Amino acid sequence: MNAPRRNGYPLRRAALACVFGAAALVLAWRAADLQLGAAQFLQEQGDARSLRTVTVAAHRGTITDRRGEPLAISTPVDSVWAQPRLLLDAPEQHPALARLLPLEVRQLRTYLEARVEREFVYLKRRVNPDLAERVTALNAPGVALQREYRRYYPAGEVTAQLLGFTGVDDTGQEGLELAFDHWLQGREGVKRVIKDRLGRVVADVESLRAPRPGRDLRLSVDKRIQYLVYRELKSALAEHRAQSGSAVVLDAHSGEVLAMVSLPAYNPNNLDEARGASLRNRAVTDSFEPGSTIKPFTIAAALEAGLYRADTPIDTAPGFFKVGGKDIRDLHNYGRLDLAGVIQKSSNVGAARIALSLPPERLWRTFSGAGLGQPTGSGFPGEAGGVLRPHQKWHKIERATLAFGYGLSVTLLQLAQAYSVLANDGVLKPVSFVSGARGEPRAVLAPATAQSVRAMMERVTGEGGTALLARVPGYRVAGKTGTVRKLERHGYSEDRYLSLFAGMAPASRPRLVIAVVINEPAGGHYYGGLVAAPVFAKVMAGSLRLLNVAPDDLASLKVAGLDTRMMARSVSGGGE
Amino acid sequence: MRLAARHAWLALLAAAVLASALGVVYSKHQSRKLFMELQALQQERDALNIEWGQLQLEESTWATHARIEEQARVKSGLISPAPRDVVIVKP
Repeated sequence: MNAPRRNGYPLRRAALACVFGAAALVLAWRAADLQLGAAQFLQEQGDARSLRTVTVAAHRGTITDRRGEPLAISTPVDSVWAQPRLLLDAPEQHPALARLLPLEVRQLRTYLEARVEREFVYLKRRVNPDLAERVTALNAPGVALQREYRRYYPAGEVTAQLLGFTGVDDTGQEGLELAFDHWLQGREGVKRVIKDRLGRVVADVESLRAPRPGRDLRLSVDKRIQYLVYRELKSALAEHRAQSGSAVVLDAHSGEVLAMVSLPAYNPNNLDEARGASLRNRAVTDSFEPGSTIKPFTIAAALEAGLYRADTPIDTAPGFFKVGGKDIRDLHNYGRLDLAGVIQKSSNVGAARIALSLPPERLWRTFSGAGLGQPTGSGFPGEAGGVLRPHQKWHKIERATLAFGYGLSVTLLQLAQAYSVLANDGVLKPVSFVSGARGEPRAVLAPATAQSVRAMMERVTGEGGTALLARVPGYRVAGKTGTVRKLERHGYSEDRYLSLFAGMAPASRPRLVIAVVINEPAGGHYYGGLVAAPVFAKVMAGSLRLLNVAPDDLASLKVAGLDTRMMARSVSGGGE
Repeated sequence: MRLAARHAWLALLAAAVLASALGVVYSKHQSRKLFMELQALQQERDALNIEWGQLQLEESTWATHARIEEQARVKSGLISPAPRDVVIVKP
């Protein structure tokens, strides 16, 4: 029985054995091939489908004012992202998702289809927490949230151009955010995770690089003063229907910027509404001819040259004279003035006569030494350098006009810095936006010169001066007005002006330097003493109060006598 | 004798292998557990940080100078005293 069976169908058995043998060989060969030849490739492909390196957001440093009040904070928000292929496979989820984003369903689909090859696309970045929660609740396949940081500016418009803003990737784009970007920026961490098919993190595998949060930055700015400047400047712009304006407040001793405002401004929390012109920090990026505000430096140069004393008479009659075919004029015929009178009355003729009698190099040295027409080195992005031509190239007319501030251009920050030289007994402390980080101080003027010019500038706010409105009750104020015709294509404008005021208080020992410029006031007044000086006075009064600076002009105020003091003592003594 | 010693040696090695295998399992489990704990703590830290930032923001929004000024002037009727209303006491 067995033999025939064993010998049955020999051909068939052989054929089967061949077929199976061949199949086994093919399989074995394939297995070996995969195992030996393609193992690494396959391993990588496998990992690529489950292992992911993801970034761990690191937040950007906080910017605070000098007292620690937050000015810019990064707070986490979620961004919605998707794996297009997975999401496209679940069309029933599209309408609900599109409604949240909000997008048209068709838009969403086109967007996804165009990116179907990608594993990761953002659907909407930086959504508010409420929306993020609702997206999660949808539980749509392939849709997930990614943590990112968004920058908020609690002071809004008040600190707009000063701080600048950051872009969508949290890098500084403008202002101090850009200047100190390196310091503020955090470094994203990277970690490796295992994700499931739906893109959810199953397990963290390892941390490849720990995130490093950005460092905090404490500015020299005082938020209270910044707001004060903003408020006063804004109301002045409205009152005089001016185009724009800026103001800078400096600490006279350290050169630190306490406030810097440019208007019109924008809301940094909502950049969609920000327009190009309002993004500029005019106090730093725009240069202008400083006009009469330069005269204290002309006088300082005259004193330094040793050719003049404070009481040297200068004949300005008849109120005009010709230089190189051009008229130099005063508003009135002031007759004989001393140096202080030239500043007090703001006599162009007097300043020009003085400048023409000095060696050009002397004037140039005083101007450039005070930083006029030189970049301040503050590091603010887009800072303009201004223009002060080398004295070898000056024509005679230029020597005359430079004396009253035409023929050179400066930024408001430079002007404020130059005034701080007068405030600081002749020493220039370079301006800075951070406490502590200071450049080398330079002695620019002799202390006696600075004090003497300061005393002359006090007369500007006194009887017969050009800026009675710059007075601050209880304090002695030294300053100088400027009313500058704007330079247009065909020469100087007849009806468009800059109103300027720069000054310091308390004059006996200046604590603050403030410079104000108001561009094209159209409300009828345009003199610096009428438009810019009141802003100066209000800001100065408020700032001195905030900083607890003792009044140095008590004579102008009532001072309580002995009785009140005795009373105060007996009250405090009674409690013991 | 010799065979017995060899068996004992083998048993010892087997036990050691088993022990180390169990050790790996245990330490892996520990590491998982600690990792989960770490994750939880990190999440808590992040949540607290977020809240801190948001509270700071909220505080500075409430304390906006413009708002304080409005509250003081309009709601409470406060004014800043004119210089002639101020009595300065000389120390």
